[in-house]
Amino acid sequence: MTISAVRKASPIAPASVEQPVTIEITGISKSYGALEVLNDCSMSIRKGEAVVVCGPSGSGKSTLLKCVNGLETFQSGSIVVDGVSVGDRNTDLTRLRSRIGMVFQHFELYPHLSVLENITLAQVKVLRRSKAEASEKGMALLRRVGLGDKAGCHPAQLSGGQQQRVAIARALAMDPIAMLFDEPTSALDPEMIKDVLDVMTELAGDGMTMMVVTHEMGFAHHVADRVVFMDGGRILEDAPSSVFFAQPSTERARIFLSKILRQ
Amino acid sequence: MSDFDPDLLSAVAPFLWDGLLTSFGLLLLAMAGGGLLGTLLAVMRIAGPRPIAALAAGYVNGLRSVPLIMVIFWFYLLVPLVIGRPIGAFTSALVAFVIFEAAYYAEIIRAGIQSVPKQQLAAALASGLGPLQAYRFVILPQAVRKMLPILLSQSIALFQDTSLVYVVGLHDFMTAVSVTANREGHLVEFYLFAVVIYFTLCFAASQSIQFLNRQPVSP
Repeated sequence: MTISAVRKASPIAPASVEQPVTIEITGISKSYGALEVLNDCSMSIRKGEAVVVCGPSGSGKSTLLKCVNGLETFQSGSIVVDGVSVGDRNTDLTRLRSRIGMVFQHFELYPHLSVLENITLAQVKVLRRSKAEASEKGMALLRRVGLGDKAGCHPAQLSGGQQQRVAIARALAMDPIAMLFDEPTSALDPEMIKDVLDVMTELAGDGMTMMVVTHEMGFAHHVADRVVFMDGGRILEDAPSSVFFAQPSTERARIFLSKILRQ
Repeated sequence: MSDFDPDLLSAVAPFLWDGLLTSFGLLLLAMAGGGLLGTLLAVMRIAGPRPIAALAAGYVNGLRSVPLIMVIFWFYLLVPLVIGRPIGAFTSALVAFVIFEAAYYAEIIRAGIQSVPKQQLAAALASGLGPLQAYRFVILPQAVRKMLPILLSQSIALFQDTSLVYVVGLHDFMTAVSVTANREGHLVEFYLFAVVIYFTLCFAASQSIQFLNRQPVSP
């Protein structure tokens, strides 16, 4: 499947405009003492949208992503995921997390479990699915990411790209309402990146709600509905991807793009 | 030495064997109890709120600053004073070992848990596992593999330490040897015998640990 085949219908007005908002981030700020990591960040992601968050390292994009499922705390502002406020003391964070898939830069597969056990653990322990049901689901997902023959392997026996696809399958096994990707291809060799991006592209094409922190500008350009550009803990741009790449509105984004696209 | 009758050894063997069983019983129960309490202390130190963590740290550092023989001795003397009745040498020694060894096990377990990359916990939590489930199914299994050799080494030291229970008159292997040696008037022979037994057991155990250590880390 080529990337352009799943490109969203209209870049200026995405088809998903009328969809309900799945992730609503409003005025998030976070600081460690005097160091401001996030400064009044607001953005939202509608159901079925794929949004890429990019920016130079240290811009706070990964931190913002981790705030969405409460892996990072924030001092002010609010994040609402599918009507549930993440920062609220009364929120059952564990339950909310079980509904949001997350993919890490370094995969974070459980090294002591087989590939299939990695995918069934949370299904059985959190969703209370039977072992058989969880395995069936796991096998189906492994086949979907092209790794149906690796179920019995241990993570260490797989390449980085394969591990990351298992990690995506592990997240999908929970039937998430949204997926968070934290630089999913940054730790991969170039020839493995495509396999992972293909899986993500297919996911976006299937209408998964996605928030993707990445430097993959090809993915941002051709697959994402919108691009959010961050620098210094602030969101400087939030535009349909075609608009962002054609005419970024800030000088900072123009410099960033010229540097990253030249590579 | 010349008048030592080897048959004497077989005559006193049941008595010495009982002593050895007491030593092993003490060892296994102290390992189990110390391991449980040590795990609890380690988790308190790592994941507990500040006062709880400080309490656990105080316990660990406090007990590691006193000699074991003192803990055994004082426990034996003080607890009957507090509860008003004697508790028996074995119980008293066992409790002393558990609370003492827990401090050492706690530090080993803490190091083991902290050697598991933090992102593993993040991944487990992100998948919807609760904190306890994340430790139970993701962190601890990995930590145990890393700390097993050190835990076993500590347990060898613990086995040697069980000989200290002579201070409360408990008939462990060492005490049994000592009693026999004095009764039969063959100090050198019996203490040599004790050395051979302790050495053989501990050397075999440490060799098997080294063997475990050489195995490739299971993927």
